[in-house]
Amino acid sequence: MALHKVLGSETEYGIVVRGDPGFNPAVASSLVVNSYPGKRVKVQWSYEEESPGRDARGFGHDTYGLIDPEGAVVNSVLANGARLYVDHAHPEYSSPETFDPLEAALYDKAGERVMHAASVIASDTSGKRVSLYKNNSDGKGNSYGAHENYLLARETPFGEVIRYAMTFLVTRQIFTGAGKVGRENDRPEVDFQITQRADFFEEEVGLETTLKRPIINTRDEPHGDPSKYRRLHVIIGDANLSEPQIFLKLGTTALLLAALEDGALPDPLDLFDPVEACWQVSHDLSLHRPIELDGGGTATAIELQGRYLEWLSKYVEKELDDPVWDRVISEWERTLGLLDSDPSSLADTLDWVAKKRLLEGYVSRDELEWSDSKLRALDVQYHDVDPDKGLYNRLAARGSMRRLFTDEEIERAVTTPPDRTRAYFRGKCVSKFSDSLVAANWDSLVFDVGESHLKRVPMMEPLRGDAERVGDLLENAEDAADLLRRLGG
Amino acid sequence: MSDRERSRSKGKKEETEAVEAESTVETDAAVEEIDDLLDEIDEVLEENAEEFVKNYVQKGGE
Repeated sequence: MALHKVLGSETEYGIVVRGDPGFNPAVASSLVVNSYPGKRVKVQWSYEEESPGRDARGFGHDTYGLIDPEGAVVNSVLANGARLYVDHAHPEYSSPETFDPLEAALYDKAGERVMHAASVIASDTSGKRVSLYKNNSDGKGNSYGAHENYLLARETPFGEVIRYAMTFLVTRQIFTGAGKVGRENDRPEVDFQITQRADFFEEEVGLETTLKRPIINTRDEPHGDPSKYRRLHVIIGDANLSEPQIFLKLGTTALLLAALEDGALPDPLDLFDPVEACWQVSHDLSLHRPIELDGGGTATAIELQGRYLEWLSKYVEKELDDPVWDRVISEWERTLGLLDSDPSSLADTLDWVAKKRLLEGYVSRDELEWSDSKLRALDVQYHDVDPDKGLYNRLAARGSMRRLFTDEEIERAVTTPPDRTRAYFRGKCVSKFSDSLVAANWDSLVFDVGESHLKRVPMMEPLRGDAERVGDLLENAEDAADLLRRLGG
Repeated sequence: MSDRERSRSKGKKEETEAVEAESTVETDAAVEEIDDLLDEIDEVLEENAEEFVKNYVQKGGE
């Protein structure tokens, strides 16, 4: 049986300080992270446990991915189990580990609230408006990431992941894109394209995330017992605002990986040139451009996704009981059907379609050229996390976007951890024992309980530390020392 | 649908007219909705688009 697909997302937010074009983004990002008003613990993040330079293909270079020591200072763990920190020049929110794609989408959305709350205080403190954007490109050749993480079994051969995920990740762009005006990175000219990120992918497989970005990233950093787990670090997605879109992106990908581990997939469909296909799919607003397949023949992205849908529908029917997977399948079926027959009707579901509709509205009403700055400004502003300024937020507020969650559910996810993963333990410790928590990583917490040594609690199992296992224990512990005694340490 | 088109469609079968009328209502509603939407967004748009776009530069990350 496939390993349970624990999953989560990490998003780097674009940042601007108004009236100060020369602002230092690292300083401004630190201000944002330090300004977060919610419950959290500022901790030393224990980087010695991290190894972003290790390669899933079995080799690695240890010097790659050295983390800026200054960045380590600005690090916090939130009461919902997430990590809020500075990644070089951006504030970043890494969601807590979640149990299923619906919960993962909820905690991804909670990140927008966290960022907005932080930006409000940062603006007050600095006397200048600090704006944050959940997007992935500045339109000038600089891209920043929205990464997804999925738990895999260590024994899953990475070569199989590459074979099955390559075509899937390239073609899923038709429903993962957030839309972008123009092109970047010397790709062919285009007025508008489906994704923010596609232009930046230049390799099929590799370890990098900032240069020569690969479609399949091989970072082998399980954040758990390395003898049992891998983590697939997917870097080819866009940051999304639409709730059903986040759910669809994470749900379909998690399903593919589960089916792969269960050996439930027929022979993969290989593309002749995945890197070329990557931007071609993103640039093809007709959605019906044939893509060359390896070994001859062609198929469209919709057709190729249709094949995955067919395989995975059968897999869900046979193997998975949790109704969340039926929901993934029906959302996927509906989306592919409408992309084929009437893509504009997905303006309430997919960011790129919603954005395109807005921009086309302006082009037609104000008789604008696609090169007009106004359209580029609108493109960026779609992603503003401010509920009043952000265009997605305006659309959602007037009922023009389909929702999966209520505002109350998202607010609750800002302060409460998921209860079926180890994020529960982390989040509750932040709420209850913040004074004693001094360091953290995904797979451990370190407490200072006034003894000669710091006490480290390892959390190498992503599904342990959940409410069922440690809820009572956390509830009954009087303080951190008592908690550690009860844990047997 | 313009008046000219409307008058041209006179005399067609009732069924066709009903379908056309329905789709016209839908189209009008869609146009009205997007007009409303743009009016609302006009109020919050970044004032100096050119300046805003010029200053939107992001470095580093991932």
